[in-house]
Order: sequence, then C-alpha cells, then structure tokens
Amino acid sequence: MREHGPSAPTPGQTVGPFFHYALPYDDGPRLAPAGAPDTIRLHGTVYDGAGAPVPDALLEIRQADASGRVPATEGSLRRDGRFTGWGRAATDTAGRYSFRTVEPAPVRDGAAAYFAVTVFARGLLDRLFTRIYVPSHGLDGDPLLGALTEERRGTLIAMRDSDGDLRHDIRLQGDRETVFLTFPGHD
Amino acid sequence: MWPMTSATQRSISDEIAHIHATAQPGETRTRLDFAPYRSSVLRHPTKQPLTVDPEDVELAAPVFGQSDVDPIEADLTLHPQGEPIGERMVVTGRVLDAEGRPVRGQLVEIWQANAAGRYVHKRDQHPAPLDPHFHGAGRCLTDDEGRYRFTTVKPGPYPWRNHDNAWRPAHIHFSLFGREFTQRLVTQMYFPGDPLFPLDPIFQSITDETARQRLIATYDHDVTTHEWATGYRWDIVLTGSHATPMEEDTDA
Ligand SMILES: [Fe+3]
Repeated sequence: MREHGPSAPTPGQTVGPFFHYALPYDDGPRLAPAGAPDTIRLHGTVYDGAGAPVPDALLEIRQADASGRVPATEGSLRRDGRFTGWGRAATDTAGRYSFRTVEPAPVRDGAAAYFAVTVFARGLLDRLFTRIYVPSHGLDGDPLLGALTEERRGTLIAMRDSDGDLRHDIRLQGDRETVFLTFPGHD
Repeated sequence: MWPMTSATQRSISDEIAHIHATAQPGETRTRLDFAPYRSSVLRHPTKQPLTVDPEDVELAAPVFGQSDVDPIEADLTLHPQGEPIGERMVVTGRVLDAEGRPVRGQLVEIWQANAAGRYVHKRDQHPAPLDPHFHGAGRCLTDDEGRYRFTTVKPGPYPWRNHDNAWRPAHIHFSLFGREFTQRLVTQMYFPGDPLFPLDPIFQSITDETARQRLIATYDHDVTTHEWATGYRWDIVLTGSHATPMEEDTDA
C-alpha cells in the first residue's frame, strides 16, 4: 500500500466566504480558560490593501507554553482544561481577532519567543504563514528578524497593551504589509 | 444588486487566458495575485515571502485525537429528523506528505453546499432551498495508512458575485494538517468533467494544467456500494516535512 518517493503537493484554494459554520468553534480562541492566572489576550485586526478591515479571515496559532515547552497534547477541539498550544479564531465584522492564551516562553535559552501563525481569508487564494514575536529580550539575536530592515521587522513584533495583553495587526497588502514566510520545499 | 461594473464571463475568461498564456511552465502553486478572482486584488501580499528554515514550534503540528473527534462526524448524511436530498456518495483517499509517507491520526475537516448548491451560512442567500436534513460540515482523523473517509451528498454548483453570471464548479472544501505546522493546507476538491472548470477564476488560479488536475477526484466503482452510494477517491499530498522522520514513519 505504501507509495514511497516524492510526489507533487496538492495546490491550495481559498477558504472562501462560507467557512464559519465549519471551522471556527467556541473553544478555538480559548487556549487557556478565561480567568486562569497568567493568561493574556493576543488580539488585533486584519487589514486589506486599502486599509479596510477583513471581516472574513481566519487565524490559527501554534505556540510554546509559559515554560517554553511545545505541547504535543490532543484536545484542541474539546479542550477539557488541557493546554495544547494550538488555537483558531475567525475575525469579527470589524476584522478583529482575539485569543485567550498564555504568553509563550523561548524554546531555547537566548532565543526569541513567538507565535507561529497561519492566515486564511475569502479572497486569499492560499494560506499565508507569519510569526508574531513577543516584544521582549531575545529579539536582537533572532536570525529571521536580523534579516529584515527595521521597518519590516516591526510588522512581526506585537505591542504590549497597558494591561499586559499583546496587540498585533496583520496587513495583507500595502506599505506596512506584514512579512509573510515560506519554507524550503514550498515552491 | 449586481455592482454596476460587473464584468462579463467573456472578459473574465479573457483575463484568465491572458494570465495563463504568460505564466511560466511548471508554476504549480496557486497564484495569490489573480485579478480574475476580484476579491484577491486587495488581499494578496505584494512583497516576496521571506524563506526561513522552520524551527521548534513550526516543526510541530497540532495534535488531535479521539477525544477531539467523534467517528459519526464523518457521516454528513446522519440527521435525527431524516435523510438529506441528493446523490449519496462516499469520498475517501489518503493524506500523504511529499515523500509519500502517510499522515497518520491527523484532523481532516470538510464543508460544502447541499445538493441544490446552497450553504448553511447566513451570507449565502441565493434562491436555492436549504435542506433541513443537511448541515454540510464534517470531520475525521486519518487512520494508520493516512486514509480519510466521508459519507455525504454530492454538492451542487452555485452562483457567486465575482462577475455577471458567475458559477462555482461543484466542490467540497478540505482542511488538512500534516506532521509540521508548515504543512497546513486548505483546498477544494472538484468532480471529474465539470463544464464550469474553464470559467472559474478560483480553479484557474493554478496556472499549470497538471497541477489543477490534482484537485479533481476520480470516480471509483470499487468505492461505490450496491444500492447505497456512489464513490469518489481523492488523495492529498502535503508539502515536504523538514524534520528528521521518526522511526515509525520511515518504513514498515
Ligand atoms: Fe464553496
């Protein structure tokens, strides 16, 4: 049964306008229970090239926990108190998304801490990858950020709200377009 | 409610033909910048993506298990009040990575229109009937061979407002995960021989003919069952993984 050897990847297609009754679910944006100690909100707005909010986007995040461990735990769809390090949130009518989670710690000593992010939307023909960095120490030594101009770096680093939450907007297109990523073997 | 500037199918088809004629052969990825799909115009990045070696969190896919998915979620025809209208069918296939290895125990999610081409979504208001016995969303986990299997009804084509008299070919939306976060894929499965293929800017956003064919399922009479359901087979290949494969995945 096993077919070894390389084969060509199946191309992506847009998530379309009608994913809301299938993909988002109540606990998707709640990686950590509301009211649990040391949780934060990771939130922001998705914008298009005209600066208009995108009300039909979907974000997924993958992250380490507060001790820098990347969980390999099932239960993202029925969380039951487990922290799985994965979440999914649709944008609202104003293009806003919001996750309730814990702040990830660096996975290695001296490394930067970030959320790995996938972006989907109506009008976006294939998924986009990006990162949202936690604004703290470790950023200077990060090889990805080091490869970017100051201005482009800024599109990957979250801002700290006065209440400790993290705020990060995603711009699909334009002057302050978010840096999107591709990985070896993806073309 | 058509916008005043709505393009004709002929002009959309001309735009598609022009892009295809100037595309590089072997460009197998879906184009993000594909103006015949009007909603893409302001929603595609204009800068080259930055190539990075995935690390740590990007090398780890989310983990799903039996506590996440009930096996009955793979049967979209189950409804407490009755059966949906339409051509009952089974869709099955394997999720593989680019090295041909099965992706085991991973989440597959699907959503689709009903047999009349209508979604259970408040934004779908076109005058085709909702089916009280069909919701149109399902999910399952792949087995040890990477297989998924859904029972559903064949979706109808539906109109959309990209241009005047625009119709989507019948399709099922698929959402897939691999071993790594980097392998994430959302795509659409189509049915063989659909006359709407050449007219559809979403399908045609893949300029390479061979690559487009990878989105079309195959009718398989061995999947079809006597007096019950027609059968379609569709294998999905994710991008390659970057980590050293674990022992159990290398060979068996
Ligand atoms: Fe659709």
